[in-house]
Amino acid sequence: EMEELPRITVSQREQFLVENDVFGIYGYFDASDISTQKYMMEIQRDKQLDYLMKGLRQLGPQFSSLDSNRPWLCYWILQSIALLGESVDDELENNAIDFIGRCQGSDGGYGGGPGQLPHLATTYAAVNALVTLGGDKALSSINREKMSCFLRRMKDTSGGFRMHDMGEMDVRACYTAISVASILNIMDDELTRSLGDYILSCQTYEGGIGGEPGSEAHGGYTYCGLATMFLINEVDRLNLDSLMNWAVHRQGVEMGFQGRTNKLVDGCYTFWQAAPCVLLQRFYSAHDLVHHGSSHISQGTDEDHEDHVHDEDYPEDSDDDDSDEDSDEGSVNGHGVHHTSTYINRRIQPVFDSLGLQRYVLLCSKIPDGGFRDKPRKPRDFYHTCYCLSGLSVAQHAWSKDEDTPPLTRDILGSYSNLLEPVHLLHNVVMDRYNEAMEYFFKAP
Amino acid sequence: MDTDETLPLSQRSEWSDVVPLTQDDGPNPVVPIAYKDEFRETMDYFRAIYSSDERSPRALRLTEETLRLNSGNYTVWHFRRLVLEALNHDLYQELEFIESIAEDNSKNYQLWHHRRWVAEKLGPDVAGRELEFTRRVLSLDAKHYHAWSHRQWALRALGGWEDELDYCHELLEADVFNNSAWNQRYYVITRSPSSGGVEAMRESEVSYTIKAILTNPANESSWLYLKALYKDNKELWISDPSVSSVCLNVLSRTDCFHGFALSTLLDLLCEGLSPTNEHIDSVRALATEEPDTNLANLVCTILGRVDPIRANYWAWRKSKITVAAM
Repeated sequence: EMEELPRITVSQREQFLVENDVFGIYGYFDASDISTQKYMMEIQRDKQLDYLMKGLRQLGPQFSSLDSNRPWLCYWILQSIALLGESVDDELENNAIDFIGRCQGSDGGYGGGPGQLPHLATTYAAVNALVTLGGDKALSSINREKMSCFLRRMKDTSGGFRMHDMGEMDVRACYTAISVASILNIMDDELTRSLGDYILSCQTYEGGIGGEPGSEAHGGYTYCGLATMFLINEVDRLNLDSLMNWAVHRQGVEMGFQGRTNKLVDGCYTFWQAAPCVLLQRFYSAHDLVHHGSSHISQGTDEDHEDHVHDEDYPEDSDDDDSDEDSDEGSVNGHGVHHTSTYINRRIQPVFDSLGLQRYVLLCSKIPDGGFRDKPRKPRDFYHTCYCLSGLSVAQHAWSKDEDTPPLTRDILGSYSNLLEPVHLLHNVVMDRYNEAMEYFFKAP
Repeated sequence: MDTDETLPLSQRSEWSDVVPLTQDDGPNPVVPIAYKDEFRETMDYFRAIYSSDERSPRALRLTEETLRLNSGNYTVWHFRRLVLEALNHDLYQELEFIESIAEDNSKNYQLWHHRRWVAEKLGPDVAGRELEFTRRVLSLDAKHYHAWSHRQWALRALGGWEDELDYCHELLEADVFNNSAWNQRYYVITRSPSSGGVEAMRESEVSYTIKAILTNPANESSWLYLKALYKDNKELWISDPSVSSVCLNVLSRTDCFHGFALSTLLDLLCEGLSPTNEHIDSVRALATEEPDTNLANLVCTILGRVDPIRANYWAWRKSKITVAAM
């Protein structure tokens, strides 16, 4: 009698196919000569910028399905350009500010295109795009008073927010509203009332957060829920242990992240899942100093976390303009990079495998001709380009306890020239632009 | 009256009184889309009736044409709802309309929100139909996020809980790795008005879950669900012999992944479980490292080796072990 073969489920079959593709690429890489490996590891900045600039200037008819998402297209592209340390020329900048301005509703908020109903997601995208462009013209174009009215109109009695007039309510709507309110300095008690309760009710038994109460834990909503709780200062109300546990378990054998338990890896989760890991680890770290300081030392296990830094770890070419850094902090070598004393206690070992994650992004998601994709066999698109790059930045900066500690050469997979700009984890805009927006919107009258 | 929908709108006499409104993109827009003529024209006519707020039968037909070109246009869906209300249109027909749009692309927030709006208006009479609709979508993609949200909403708002646990079982029989189905099980036992809650269901659910774990010890979904059954009763979790024994059972096997059994044991220890000799021997048998007198520490060390992707996480967990686990 023939031995009965174990039945393979849909989940197992799909996972098997993806693993084949991914390990095929890794195997090819490992067997290649050094120069091929170097090439494969390169971000290919020129090609990336080419793809991005072309998209900003013209999109084909197949983009009609994104006709109600044009501020998103602006943000995905502009954010990607900013992460690469580049910016657009004045003409394009003015065109972008003008166009986004035409998406602004007369009663506040931004719609998916000129004349479209204001929507929280496109509002978030528009504001982030303008913050990324930076400068007075971009920032002054946002009508903050009307925006306040719009956000209040979207607020629901349950504590959550609706995406648009009579629209759907979920954790994403909460995040987009609060992120905008926070950056524009228009947060108030009315917006935050019962919001923490709503998000708390979306944390599932798995530890992650779902879109609505009862829905399955999901990477995108987990980021949205966690970031919102940070922004309204109610993070400690969540079950952080189970959230951390769920998030780190979303990294699979492919080394990229999946969005949900037993689902497939996808490059965009590089951001949605890695950001919560870093946020949580830094939060624990900041609070440990207060509560568990002594048990740390007696355990002697801090050694496992502390990242020991040696001379050869410093990047050879530092692009850092350290001119604004405090020169009292330790000695400065010829390249303007600060020595050991700056790094002790300002570095941690990331709880997720950051180099492995970078490997997935660079070898499996990155398209050498420009753009990034979900996984092998999928086409590139601007959404994945934005979140793969944003996630890559998060991974590269994951060893830093704070944004003033630059990465070391060994933190960056590939050459140090792969280094991307750091982002503000709660908003996903490049740190420098966020700081500029803070200056602008929070300055004393 | 010329209502031939294969003709461009500008050539249909029905629309001859309407002046189409072009998109205010400005002189040099960024991310401009090279719309096909049909798309551009349809949108121009929609803008016109949207701007004049015309809530007529022809407006309704126009929203349908527009949505078939771009089902992601939430402004059109929103306006369609206003027109449906103004016309007091047959909402059962609307359910069919939504189904026809879903055929092309069911991964669209707007479509599902619209469905929810319609179903809510129709009330409990459509409970069965909504369960049937989501079942059909789930038969094509058993983890479809919007379908599951809608199904949960339908159960909550319209009812029909009776067969839900059986439905979950059906899905898990087909694919025990379907985390959405496990999530739905939890939803049913905690929210169903006829369920006695987790307390009443715990014994049968634990038995169900343990069976699933033993068949596939590498299935994370079942381990997470097991822990969930004791979410509000940690004392019972650490004292229930079934929980301990499933861990020990898996740890004693040589042919499977031990990670989830070990991490469950770690969580139990951190929660205050007093390890028995069986626990200690079981863990020591897996250790290739120096046996740590602190069992939780040793479990973390082993996990760092058998679950190397999370090596840093297990080291971090080790540093967090509180005095309770010593």
